[in-house]
Amino acid sequence: MDKTGKFVRKPRMNAKRRNKWDPQKKFISGKRDPFPGDSSLHKNRIEKYERARKSQLNRKPFVKSKSSLHQSEVKRQTVITQAAKHDLLLPEESGFLKGDEGEDTCTITQQDIAEVVDITSASKHFNLVLKQFGPYRTNYSRNGRYLLLGGQRGHIAAIDWYTKKLHCEINVMETINDVRWLHSHTMFAVAQKKWLYIYDNLGVELHCIKQFNDVLRMEFLPYHFLLATCSSTGFLQYLDVSVGKEISATCVRAGRLNVMCQNPHNAIIHLGHSNGTVSLWSPTVKEPLVKMICHNGAVRALSVDRSGMYMATSGTDKKMTIYDLRTYKPLSSCYLPLGAGTLCHSQTGLLAAGVGNIVQVYKDAHVTAPRSPYMCLSVTPPIHGLQFCPYEDVLGVGHGGGFTSMIVPGAGEANFDGLESNPYETKKQQREWEVKALLEKIQPELITLDPTQLVEIDTATVEQKRNESLEQMGIDPTKKTPFVPRNKTKGGNSTGNVLKRKKIVAEVEKREEIKKSIAGREEKSVEEKVTEGHRSALDRFKK
Amino acid sequence: MKPAKKRGHSTPGPRAMKKMTEEVVLMEPELSASEDEDDGDAERKHQRLLDAISALGGSKRKKKSERTEASLQVSEFGISAEGVREKVCLSDLIKPIKKEKALKKMKSQLGIIKPKKSLELPMNKAEEQKILRQAAYQKSSQEVSRWKKVVTENRKAEQLVFPLNEQPLRPAPIEENLTAWKARTPLEMEIFSMLHKHKQPIVAPVLTPMEKASIKAMSLEEAKRRRIELQRARILQSYYQVKARRERKIKSKSYRKVKKKGRMKQSLKIFEELRKTNPEAALEELEKLEKDRIQERMSLKHQKTGKWAKSRAIMAKYDDEARKAMQEQLQKHKELTTKIAVVTEEKEEEEREEEEEQQEIIPDFVNDAQMSLEGANPWMTGKLRSDAKDAGTAEEAQGQVEAAAKSNEPEKEESEEEAESEEETSLREFQDRRRLRKQLGVEESLTPDSGSAAGVAAQDHAREVSQFNRMFQKMLEENKKEQKLQKKLNATAAVEEKEKKKAEVEEQKRSQEEEEDEEEDPLIIEGMDRTRTMEDLETLRTRETLEELMTPQKPPDKTPQQKPPDKTPQQKKKKAQIISAKDVLAAKAPRVHAPLLPTMMDTEEEEADEKKQKMIIKEAFAGDDVIGDFLKEKRKAIEDAKPKDICLALPGWGSWGGTNLPISAKKKRRFTLKAPPPPPRKDDKLPNVIISENRNKAFAAHQPYVPVKFQKRCENFLRTPIGSTWNPERAVQQLTAPKVVTKTGHIIEPITDDFLQKSEVQGADPTKVLEKELQQLEEKIKRETQTKDPRPQEKNKGHKKSTKSKHNNKKK
Repeated sequence: MDKTGKFVRKPRMNAKRRNKWDPQKKFISGKRDPFPGDSSLHKNRIEKYERARKSQLNRKPFVKSKSSLHQSEVKRQTVITQAAKHDLLLPEESGFLKGDEGEDTCTITQQDIAEVVDITSASKHFNLVLKQFGPYRTNYSRNGRYLLLGGQRGHIAAIDWYTKKLHCEINVMETINDVRWLHSHTMFAVAQKKWLYIYDNLGVELHCIKQFNDVLRMEFLPYHFLLATCSSTGFLQYLDVSVGKEISATCVRAGRLNVMCQNPHNAIIHLGHSNGTVSLWSPTVKEPLVKMICHNGAVRALSVDRSGMYMATSGTDKKMTIYDLRTYKPLSSCYLPLGAGTLCHSQTGLLAAGVGNIVQVYKDAHVTAPRSPYMCLSVTPPIHGLQFCPYEDVLGVGHGGGFTSMIVPGAGEANFDGLESNPYETKKQQREWEVKALLEKIQPELITLDPTQLVEIDTATVEQKRNESLEQMGIDPTKKTPFVPRNKTKGGNSTGNVLKRKKIVAEVEKREEIKKSIAGREEKSVEEKVTEGHRSALDRFKK
Repeated sequence: MKPAKKRGHSTPGPRAMKKMTEEVVLMEPELSASEDEDDGDAERKHQRLLDAISALGGSKRKKKSERTEASLQVSEFGISAEGVREKVCLSDLIKPIKKEKALKKMKSQLGIIKPKKSLELPMNKAEEQKILRQAAYQKSSQEVSRWKKVVTENRKAEQLVFPLNEQPLRPAPIEENLTAWKARTPLEMEIFSMLHKHKQPIVAPVLTPMEKASIKAMSLEEAKRRRIELQRARILQSYYQVKARRERKIKSKSYRKVKKKGRMKQSLKIFEELRKTNPEAALEELEKLEKDRIQERMSLKHQKTGKWAKSRAIMAKYDDEARKAMQEQLQKHKELTTKIAVVTEEKEEEEREEEEEQQEIIPDFVNDAQMSLEGANPWMTGKLRSDAKDAGTAEEAQGQVEAAAKSNEPEKEESEEEAESEEETSLREFQDRRRLRKQLGVEESLTPDSGSAAGVAAQDHAREVSQFNRMFQKMLEENKKEQKLQKKLNATAAVEEKEKKKAEVEEQKRSQEEEEDEEEDPLIIEGMDRTRTMEDLETLRTRETLEELMTPQKPPDKTPQQKPPDKTPQQKKKKAQIISAKDVLAAKAPRVHAPLLPTMMDTEEEEADEKKQKMIIKEAFAGDDVIGDFLKEKRKAIEDAKPKDICLALPGWGSWGGTNLPISAKKKRRFTLKAPPPPPRKDDKLPNVIISENRNKAFAAHQPYVPVKFQKRCENFLRTPIGSTWNPERAVQQLTAPKVVTKTGHIIEPITDDFLQKSEVQGADPTKVLEKELQQLEEKIKRETQTKDPRPQEKNKGHKKSTKSKHNNKKK
């Protein structure tokens, strides 16, 4: 069916059931099933839920395990189709802004949009004029409801921006380099002039982590409960916020690290360097997994989209380039008038760039080099923070004059998973989620370039593994200690005697070995005899 | 005899001697009877003596006495059974009393007496037990093996719910509920009673019970017929089987030959058919035939080299049959090796056209001859193809055809032509004429008969075509010239020469272009429309000015492009010096146009044009060659990842001793273990990327480890998560369903026989089902016949038969 048609029929679960509910069966009333069989699904939909592709078996399974394998395969397929069928239940659809004929969408101002749309949507566009402590770094919580603002001159504010309710507002009286929500809206980390601080949502200082000094940028990996920081001293550090432990600290050896982003697909940290390279890091590996040269000047900003396929970089050479992270090849590149200082991907793949005092949003930048932006907004320079709000068509811009919430139609994912990140969650739900998330926390060692690698089997040889363990422990646990004869007096320690004793022990060992091997052989022969039982007449020609 | 035997090897004692003498005496009368023959007598005596002596040597055999001569005195011990059987039978003794009637009774009694066999020894106890054990084992294993299927099924089952044979509860479908509805009111009751009385359907499409029964029931005749059918089918099957078995065992060579021939014919026929219906399949078939041909060509099977063939060749002089056989074989070889001409559609059409034409003008026999001539391989016939000759003759006749063809015509052919027979020449002439006529026809169609427009157009077209051809050739030549020139250019380094030649080339080119222009003019079809109107140009200009206004800095016009990476490392090294930003960094970067332009604020983002900016950047990074550094780093990473050679050379033995003495290169070379070449890197083809090839040990600790054999299977198994986080609820339930479910409060009893029967019914194979049906039918027929005429004996017989048939069936 896949070859010819697009639709794939769901495999049957078990024969017994089918017999009972035969679709062709005529009911007593004469009624007939108008749509016999299971509902068909589009192939693409099923593909979406196939986490890793089925690999072809390299040999035939044993007869015994054949049926069980088949059963499990059928089960798996049904599970996938079931999940795919649930797509029908998604209520919302996404769309984009479309201009009239001859009208460029980038000429449409925020005021125009706000005038046209409904009141709730219009209220999503707002300005916070905070000229005193500017420029601001911004961060939305994972469900998109809470907004964290950190002014460079020490101003911190946590807001529920739906209701515009202020949770806390403090001034830490020193430079703030970055702010970031932790796993929930009750805690956030602030990278201050010297140390890293953690506050709760009321502004109470919870921790001052002195192991993390001179932090410039931070990223939070939600599934691993890791806070990744990079500092001006050139260190990339990971903090496990669930246990409060430093997981790893790596010296990147590339000078000041002020460009950082995470790949939301595989939790790899991308760092941009002053020599135009971008390096990819995992906490347990002490060297970059990948290092690629992207610009003919320093890298200024980085962003990876949600699917983990496309990386946008901008450098001092004023270029903005989109790279394909599967092949590490550039897809498209364009010159921006001043070069982008900040970059950010939305959930639907829109790309926002802070260019001088202009925020430009690009659509389909990875398909073709953009000729003109999708949307534009002018703000007070410099643009310091840029982030799309999850599950909302909103782009938060932190700039010199405060904060601007910009409406970008089609930016947010239309359907949110209520159990995963729910903007409207209650306190109880939030607590429930926290417990579950902690239970499902992923270990930091599992951060790899290919997240499906966990499904694969380790193909390293036994020898390789032994060498590794040897390297790690320094001793070989399988190696036997040599026999040292006991000290004896009265000529017992003469060379000949010692040799004799050594020889005896060696002989004993040898004998045991031989015994073992003989036993093994006997077992084998017995097995062979057993197997010889069902030899057919034609088997004699085998060999 | 025993004592004699005992003393076998010792010298004969006095008693033995006495016995010997006795024996000798016993034989006396015979001796005396044959006294007259002297020499024979002596011989016999000697023989006897020898025998006697050999008898002393312990030979058990008792000498059979022979009666050589008729005599009255017959010893009762001398009776023998004529040497056929050792023992004397009772019948031999009775023979003489056969004729006497008085002894008849006794005779019959004697006839009854049979030689009674001696009773066998009772079996050894251990043996007996062994046999009993075997029988018991067989019986019990049979009993147990009946359960095998049930057991495997249960093991295979995804889920077992105990107690096993309980039906799961489920809500009854609405239809069933409706049918369970009962009439309550008196009216309803009355109606329903009426309906019931007349056995009418109560719910719409349901049949009356009578109808149902009639449909279900099978009449006796039908049952009989069905049984006959089944029997016939079975018989036919068995016949066929027997026939096939017999045919398979036939060893006759001639039979096989005939069969093979038949098969070949059949395949050819099929091929012919396929050619018409399914050309693709026919092609495949053709390939097979072609393969056969190839095989035949390779083998010496049907040639003169074989033993048989050689002998036949010798015999051929004298024997007609041998000659014939030989010829047949050769013919066969020819048949097998001749190519099968595939007639494509075009060819077929052509042929058809030709045929049509011929039908118009030329008589049939010409066609035939031509066919035969064309069909044969010209190399085989030793004659040239008519085409080449045709060209020549046509020229002679008309003198119109191109001169080029003339050169092709070799002169040899003419001499050979003469040798040809008259018939052939006449035929060829015919053909030639036909061809000429054809050509003429074509040309006539090309040349305009009148001054019609179409004719002119055709002429023009022809001219154009010829012109085009000429031009094309010219261009080809020029192209060649150019290539040559360029080669030269590459070879010579001197600039002057280059310039000169360039000038030449340019001149040539110019001249070419002129020529081409001249020639091309008539070929251009499109009109002289303006591609860009003045208005367009104007708009363009305005746009340009706008662009200039919007983007004061012009991008460098260089368009860096990703070059394909080199394969060998050496090349790479060479290239490394040349690689620039263009190679490593991204491709074309168009400028973005936006209505809003950033107003410059920061000091670093001053208003300056691109060049100035670039200069500043260059100055800032004057010291560092970013790309060079990166490439160096990459090279180093590659080197580090490579497995290293191991040098095991030690000082001493064959070299000078002492400190600070280097080990000789020869020795080093001899004792180094060369490392295997490294596996291909992931970043081999990506000059701008370094991908770490190191194994992630920390991650590997989390990976499952299974033997390589089960690797793929395990991966498939791990592919889908089973948790509720990733799956819909029902799917999770299915995925995590327990293998065995027991219901609380239910007694799980041991499995019973009826379960076994159920499984047998379920998993019966079709042949067995057929047998079963047959049996049932038989039984039914039996029952019917019984009811008609019940006879106990018949019944018994029938039963026996049926059991017998069952047995047979099982065997089959």
